[in-house]
Amino acid sequence: MVNTTLDVTWAIDWLRKSAAVVAEHRMALIELDRAIGDGDHGENLDRGFSAILEKLDAEAPATPGTAFKLAAMTLMSKVGGAAGPLYGTAYLRAATAVGDAVELDAATLVAALTAARDGVVARGKAEAGEKTMIDAWTPAVDAATAAADSGAAPAEVLAAAATAAEVGAVATEPLIARKGRASYLGERAIGHRDPGAESSALILRAAAQAAGVEA
Amino acid sequence: MSVALVIVSHSAQLAAGVVELAAQMAPDVVLIAAGGMDDGGIGTSLEKVMSALGLADTGDGAVVLTDLGSAVMTAEAAWEFLGSPETVLLANAPLVEGSIAAAVTAQSGASLAAVCSAAETALQAPAAAPDPGENTPAAVTEQAEDSVTAVLTLINPMGLHARPAAVLAGVLGAMDVEIEINGADAQSVMMLMTLGAAQGDELQVSATGPDAKRAVELVRTEVAAGFGEL
Repeated sequence: MVNTTLDVTWAIDWLRKSAAVVAEHRMALIELDRAIGDGDHGENLDRGFSAILEKLDAEAPATPGTAFKLAAMTLMSKVGGAAGPLYGTAYLRAATAVGDAVELDAATLVAALTAARDGVVARGKAEAGEKTMIDAWTPAVDAATAAADSGAAPAEVLAAAATAAEVGAVATEPLIARKGRASYLGERAIGHRDPGAESSALILRAAAQAAGVEA
Repeated sequence: MSVALVIVSHSAQLAAGVVELAAQMAPDVVLIAAGGMDDGGIGTSLEKVMSALGLADTGDGAVVLTDLGSAVMTAEAAWEFLGSPETVLLANAPLVEGSIAAAVTAQSGASLAAVCSAAETALQAPAAAPDPGENTPAAVTEQAEDSVTAVLTLINPMGLHARPAAVLAGVLGAMDVEIEINGADAQSVMMLMTLGAAQGDELQVSATGPDAKRAVELVRTEVAAGFGEL
């Protein structure tokens, strides 16, 4: 545990690590999306997070909340596809949940993750089991809540969320999609992992790594 | 002023095209295109939508029309960013038909809710046309309960196409009247256009309400003048 304090340094590092992991998995996300969508998820997210890196250099946010808000604005303006408003809303709601807090304790972290998930649900009008981002986010929120309730430190809460998101992303493979372009494929979507659930798991893992937890 | 429209599309060209089309029928309405990404690519941009909403803030409110999935989500997110203002409504409507219907309704000076409703009902089928068998003379006849009717014949070569439909719906929309042409709501440009009335076709006009007589006379004058296209 190198950096267990979830302050603005952590928030910025999370965004930077997210940008790195999205860039690294760009082709893999494109291929997942090509199988059941329009193939632009990796490219769109990479463009959005690259733009976040430029904004971070220029603006230097002072609190986790302002860093999340910067991410929200940038993703919604630069991503282009559905991932823009979905991730953008997630970060925007998280920013509202943490307010002016300088440092997030476990309870505030869980509130932020819950608000982010609820934002994705509200914006995408999807439910669990429909082969979407929600299938990574909902298990992540449940695991984070359970970890925080048992007294875990914020970094451990993030680790629990990331692991649950990864399991949730894998569990989208046998599902039939009910939302987004993959829903047009019917049973042909079975056997393919949802790219939005996969990128959600990558980004939540980046949050845990920024807090010093090695995957 | 009138209610403004913001057109959100994945494509800058599509948004600009919808604005161009709607502007023909609603020259006084503020129409703002928010299409494509900042770099010209395909997609929707929160910044573009928020700046369009700023330009559309004329004081009478704005209706936002969108094309596909993420355009809807971007518009909703922009609305949330602005603090969920009551002066901005997101229409759940087909982009082209909804924009035209909303623009014409806005041109007539209608309220924010009415403009949004015009967009959302743009695809509703008109009521069944009346039986064309009977051939009544072209005369205004006063009926019970101040109902005014007329049977008119289209003389202009293009018939009741988009421009005259917009003219009629626009002027009639500002009157206190319930008026139908061949069973279609004559205050709705989309309803009038779906009639597909061509040169030589008969229009059965029926109106009730305080402005009924004036409304029917207006339709008569416009039809007789061939909507200025002769």
